[in-house]
Amino acid sequence: MSTVRVPPVLRAAVGGVRELSVPGSTVSEVLEALYSAHPEVRSQLVSDDGELHRFVNIYVNDEDVRLQEWLDTPVGESDTLLILPAMAGGASAAR
Amino acid sequence: MRLPPELADELISHAVADLPNECCGMIGGRHGVATSVHRATNTEASPFMYVMDPRQQMQLMDAIDDAGEDLLAIYHSHTRSAAYPSRTDVELAFFGQTLYLIVSLADRDAPEIRAFRLRRDQPAESAVTEEPVEILEP
Repeated sequence: MSTVRVPPVLRAAVGGVRELSVPGSTVSEVLEALYSAHPEVRSQLVSDDGELHRFVNIYVNDEDVRLQEWLDTPVGESDTLLILPAMAGGASAAR
Repeated sequence: MRLPPELADELISHAVADLPNECCGMIGGRHGVATSVHRATNTEASPFMYVMDPRQQMQLMDAIDDAGEDLLAIYHSHTRSAAYPSRTDVELAFFGQTLYLIVSLADRDAPEIRAFRLRRDQPAESAVTEEPVEILEP
Protein backbone atom coordinates (compact mmCIF):
# COMPACT_ATOMS: atom_id res chain seq x y z
CA MET A 1 0.00 0.00 0.00
CA SER A 2 1.40 3.38 -0.92
CA THR A 3 0.43 6.57 0.84
CA VAL A 4 -1.63 9.17 -1.01
CA ARG A 5 -1.40 12.68 0.39
CA VAL A 6 -4.68 14.46 -0.06
CA PRO A 7 -4.58 18.26 -0.44
CA PRO A 8 -7.32 20.23 1.34
CA VAL A 9 -9.18 20.75 -1.93
CA LEU A 10 -9.83 17.02 -2.27
CA ARG A 11 -10.33 16.10 1.37
CA ALA A 12 -14.11 16.42 1.34
CA ALA A 13 -14.19 13.85 -1.45
CA VAL A 14 -12.29 11.30 0.66
CA GLY A 15 -14.05 11.79 3.99
CA GLY A 16 -11.84 14.55 5.32
CA VAL A 17 -8.58 12.64 5.81
CA ARG A 18 -5.13 14.02 4.94
CA GLU A 19 -3.61 10.69 3.89
CA LEU A 20 -4.87 7.39 2.57
CA SER A 21 -3.29 3.99 2.07
CA VAL A 22 -4.06 2.90 -1.49
CA PRO A 23 -3.00 -0.28 -3.33
CA GLY A 24 -1.34 -0.24 -6.74
CA SER A 25 2.11 -0.63 -8.26
CA THR A 26 1.88 2.25 -10.75
CA VAL A 27 0.43 5.77 -10.60
CA SER A 28 -2.39 4.62 -12.86
CA GLU A 29 -3.27 1.69 -10.60
CA VAL A 30 -3.17 3.85 -7.48
CA LEU A 31 -5.46 6.43 -9.08
CA GLU A 32 -7.94 3.77 -10.25
CA ALA A 33 -8.02 2.28 -6.74
CA LEU A 34 -8.56 5.75 -5.32
CA TYR A 35 -11.39 6.45 -7.78
CA SER A 36 -13.03 3.12 -6.92
CA ALA A 37 -12.97 3.89 -3.21
CA HIS A 38 -13.87 7.57 -3.64
CA PRO A 39 -15.73 8.14 -6.94
CA GLU A 40 -16.03 11.89 -6.38
CA VAL A 41 -12.27 12.23 -6.75
CA ARG A 42 -12.53 11.01 -10.34
CA SER A 43 -14.99 13.75 -11.25
CA GLN A 44 -12.59 16.35 -9.87
CA LEU A 45 -9.44 15.06 -11.57
CA VAL A 46 -10.52 13.49 -14.84
CA SER A 47 -11.47 15.45 -17.96
CA ASP A 48 -14.50 14.74 -20.13
CA ASP A 49 -12.22 12.69 -22.41
CA GLY A 50 -11.52 10.27 -19.55
CA GLU A 51 -7.90 11.35 -19.18
CA LEU A 52 -6.30 12.86 -16.09
CA HIS A 53 -6.77 16.62 -16.46
CA ARG A 54 -3.64 18.21 -17.86
CA PHE A 55 -3.69 20.80 -15.07
CA VAL A 56 -3.51 18.13 -12.36
CA ASN A 57 0.02 17.36 -11.22
CA ILE A 58 1.06 14.08 -9.62
CA TYR A 59 4.22 13.66 -7.57
CA VAL A 60 5.76 10.44 -6.30
CA ASN A 61 8.10 11.21 -3.42
CA ASP A 62 8.06 14.87 -4.51
CA GLU A 63 9.14 14.04 -8.07
CA ASP A 64 6.81 15.10 -10.89
CA VAL A 65 5.62 11.97 -12.71
CA ARG A 66 5.44 13.93 -15.99
CA LEU A 67 9.24 13.92 -15.85
CA GLN A 68 9.24 10.18 -15.23
CA GLU A 69 6.97 7.60 -16.83
CA TRP A 70 3.77 9.57 -16.35
CA LEU A 71 0.91 7.26 -15.30
CA ASP A 72 3.16 4.21 -15.69
CA THR A 73 5.58 5.52 -13.06
CA PRO A 74 6.16 2.74 -10.51
CA VAL A 75 4.84 3.25 -6.98
CA GLY A 76 6.39 1.22 -4.17
CA GLU A 77 4.97 0.20 -0.82
CA SER A 78 6.74 2.97 1.05
CA ASP A 79 6.22 5.67 -1.59
CA THR A 80 4.09 8.77 -1.16
CA LEU A 81 1.94 10.04 -3.99
CA LEU A 82 0.71 13.63 -3.97
CA ILE A 83 -2.13 14.87 -6.13
CA LEU A 84 -1.96 18.59 -6.77
CA PRO A 85 -4.50 20.36 -8.99
CA ALA A 86 -2.95 23.47 -10.49
CA MET A 87 -3.79 27.00 -9.54
CA ALA A 88 -4.26 28.40 -13.01
CA GLY A 89 -6.46 30.52 -15.24
CA GLY A 90 -6.19 33.84 -16.95
CA ALA A 91 -7.95 36.47 -18.95
CA SER A 92 -7.34 34.91 -22.36
CA ALA A 93 -10.88 33.80 -23.09
CA ALA A 94 -12.30 37.13 -21.95
CA ARG A 95 -10.63 39.01 -24.77
CA MET B 1 -13.74 38.36 2.67
CA ARG B 2 -12.22 41.28 4.53
CA LEU B 3 -8.94 42.72 3.40
CA PRO B 4 -6.70 45.11 5.39
CA PRO B 5 -5.70 48.08 3.20
CA GLU B 6 -1.98 47.24 3.29
CA LEU B 7 -2.74 43.80 1.85
CA ALA B 8 -4.94 45.31 -0.84
CA ASP B 9 -1.99 47.57 -1.70
CA GLU B 10 0.30 44.54 -1.77
CA LEU B 11 -1.98 42.76 -4.24
CA ILE B 12 -2.01 45.80 -6.52
CA SER B 13 1.76 46.25 -6.15
CA HIS B 14 2.30 42.64 -7.20
CA ALA B 15 0.00 43.05 -10.20
CA VAL B 16 1.88 46.18 -11.28
CA ALA B 17 5.30 44.63 -10.64
CA ASP B 18 4.55 41.67 -12.91
CA LEU B 19 3.25 43.75 -15.82
CA PRO B 20 2.89 43.13 -18.69
CA ASN B 21 2.13 39.62 -17.42
CA GLU B 22 -0.50 38.33 -15.07
CA CYS B 23 0.60 37.78 -11.50
CA CYS B 24 -0.61 35.09 -9.10
CA GLY B 25 -0.41 34.10 -5.46
CA MET B 26 -2.30 33.08 -2.37
CA ILE B 27 -4.01 34.90 0.48
CA GLY B 28 -4.02 33.35 3.93
CA GLY B 29 -6.30 34.39 6.74
CA ARG B 30 -8.51 33.51 9.62
CA HIS B 31 -12.27 33.75 9.95
CA GLY B 32 -12.62 35.47 6.61
CA VAL B 33 -10.06 38.18 7.36
CA ALA B 34 -6.93 38.19 5.21
CA THR B 35 -3.71 38.18 7.20
CA SER B 36 -1.05 37.34 4.61
CA VAL B 37 -0.35 37.73 0.90
CA HIS B 38 2.06 35.24 -0.68
CA ARG B 39 3.45 36.15 -4.07
CA ALA B 40 4.07 33.24 -6.43
CA THR B 41 5.64 32.84 -9.85
CA ASN B 42 3.46 32.65 -12.94
CA THR B 43 5.29 29.97 -14.91
CA GLU B 44 3.46 31.02 -18.08
CA ALA B 45 4.89 34.55 -17.82
CA SER B 46 2.01 35.67 -19.99
CA PRO B 47 -0.37 38.64 -20.15
CA PHE B 48 -3.22 36.20 -20.87
CA MET B 49 -2.66 33.20 -18.62
CA TYR B 50 -1.31 32.18 -15.25
CA VAL B 51 -0.12 28.83 -13.94
CA MET B 52 1.31 29.01 -10.46
CA ASP B 53 4.70 27.34 -10.06
CA PRO B 54 3.63 23.96 -8.60
CA ARG B 55 6.59 23.71 -6.21
CA GLN B 56 5.78 27.13 -4.81
CA GLN B 57 2.15 26.15 -4.70
CA MET B 58 2.98 23.19 -2.48
CA GLN B 59 5.29 25.25 -0.27
CA LEU B 60 2.81 28.09 0.15
CA MET B 61 -0.11 25.77 0.88
CA ASP B 62 2.02 24.11 3.57
CA ALA B 63 3.20 27.48 4.94
CA ILE B 64 -0.39 28.74 5.24
CA ASP B 65 -1.41 25.45 6.87
CA ASP B 66 1.58 25.49 9.24
CA ALA B 67 0.79 29.08 10.28
CA GLY B 68 -2.66 27.95 11.35
CA GLU B 69 -4.23 30.04 8.61
CA ASP B 70 -6.81 29.10 6.02
CA LEU B 71 -6.24 29.47 2.31
CA LEU B 72 -8.76 32.28 1.87
CA ALA B 73 -8.12 33.06 -1.77
CA ILE B 74 -6.06 32.34 -4.84
CA TYR B 75 -5.37 35.61 -6.59
CA HIS B 76 -4.30 36.66 -10.05
CA SER B 77 -4.40 39.79 -12.14
CA HIS B 78 -6.19 40.74 -15.32
CA THR B 79 -3.95 43.30 -16.93
CA ARG B 80 -6.36 44.76 -19.43
CA SER B 81 -9.79 43.29 -18.73
CA ALA B 82 -12.28 43.62 -15.90
CA ALA B 83 -11.96 41.85 -12.57
CA TYR B 84 -14.39 39.18 -13.63
CA PRO B 85 -13.61 35.48 -14.20
CA SER B 86 -12.93 34.42 -17.77
CA ARG B 87 -14.05 31.10 -19.17
CA THR B 88 -10.49 29.87 -18.61
CA ASP B 89 -10.65 30.94 -14.98
CA VAL B 90 -13.79 28.85 -14.46
CA GLU B 91 -12.58 25.83 -16.42
CA LEU B 92 -9.40 25.64 -14.33
CA ALA B 93 -10.99 26.39 -10.96
CA PHE B 94 -10.19 23.17 -9.11
CA PHE B 95 -10.44 24.85 -5.74
CA GLY B 96 -14.19 25.17 -5.36
CA GLN B 97 -14.06 25.90 -1.64
CA THR B 98 -11.54 28.73 -2.02
CA LEU B 99 -12.20 32.23 -3.30
CA TYR B 100 -10.62 33.33 -6.55
CA LEU B 101 -9.64 36.97 -6.24
CA ILE B 102 -8.92 39.03 -9.33
CA VAL B 103 -7.03 42.31 -9.43
CA SER B 104 -7.80 44.28 -12.57
CA LEU B 105 -5.41 46.90 -13.87
CA ALA B 106 -7.65 47.75 -16.82
CA ASP B 107 -7.87 51.22 -15.32
CA ARG B 108 -4.41 51.78 -13.93
CA ASP B 109 -5.62 54.78 -11.94
CA ALA B 110 -8.36 52.78 -10.28
CA PRO B 111 -7.40 49.11 -9.83
CA GLU B 112 -10.33 46.86 -9.07
CA ILE B 113 -10.38 43.91 -6.64
CA ARG B 114 -13.22 41.42 -6.71
CA ALA B 115 -13.59 37.85 -5.45
CA PHE B 116 -15.60 34.91 -6.70
CA ARG B 117 -16.44 31.36 -5.88
CA LEU B 118 -15.97 29.33 -9.05
CA ARG B 119 -17.51 25.92 -9.69
CA ARG B 120 -16.14 24.25 -12.78
CA ASP B 121 -18.58 21.34 -12.31
CA GLN B 122 -21.63 23.60 -12.55
CA PRO B 123 -23.46 24.89 -15.61
CA ALA B 124 -22.24 28.29 -16.81
CA GLU B 125 -25.11 30.24 -15.27
CA SER B 126 -24.33 28.99 -11.76
CA ALA B 127 -20.54 28.55 -12.03
CA VAL B 128 -19.64 32.05 -10.83
CA THR B 129 -20.78 33.54 -7.53
CA GLU B 130 -19.36 36.87 -6.44
CA GLU B 131 -18.36 37.25 -2.81
CA PRO B 132 -17.95 40.75 -1.39
CA VAL B 133 -14.45 42.06 -0.70
CA GLU B 134 -14.46 44.60 2.10
CA ILE B 135 -11.36 46.76 2.32
CA LEU B 136 -10.94 47.49 6.03
CA GLU B 137 -10.30 50.96 7.43
CA PRO B 138 -6.59 51.74 8.03
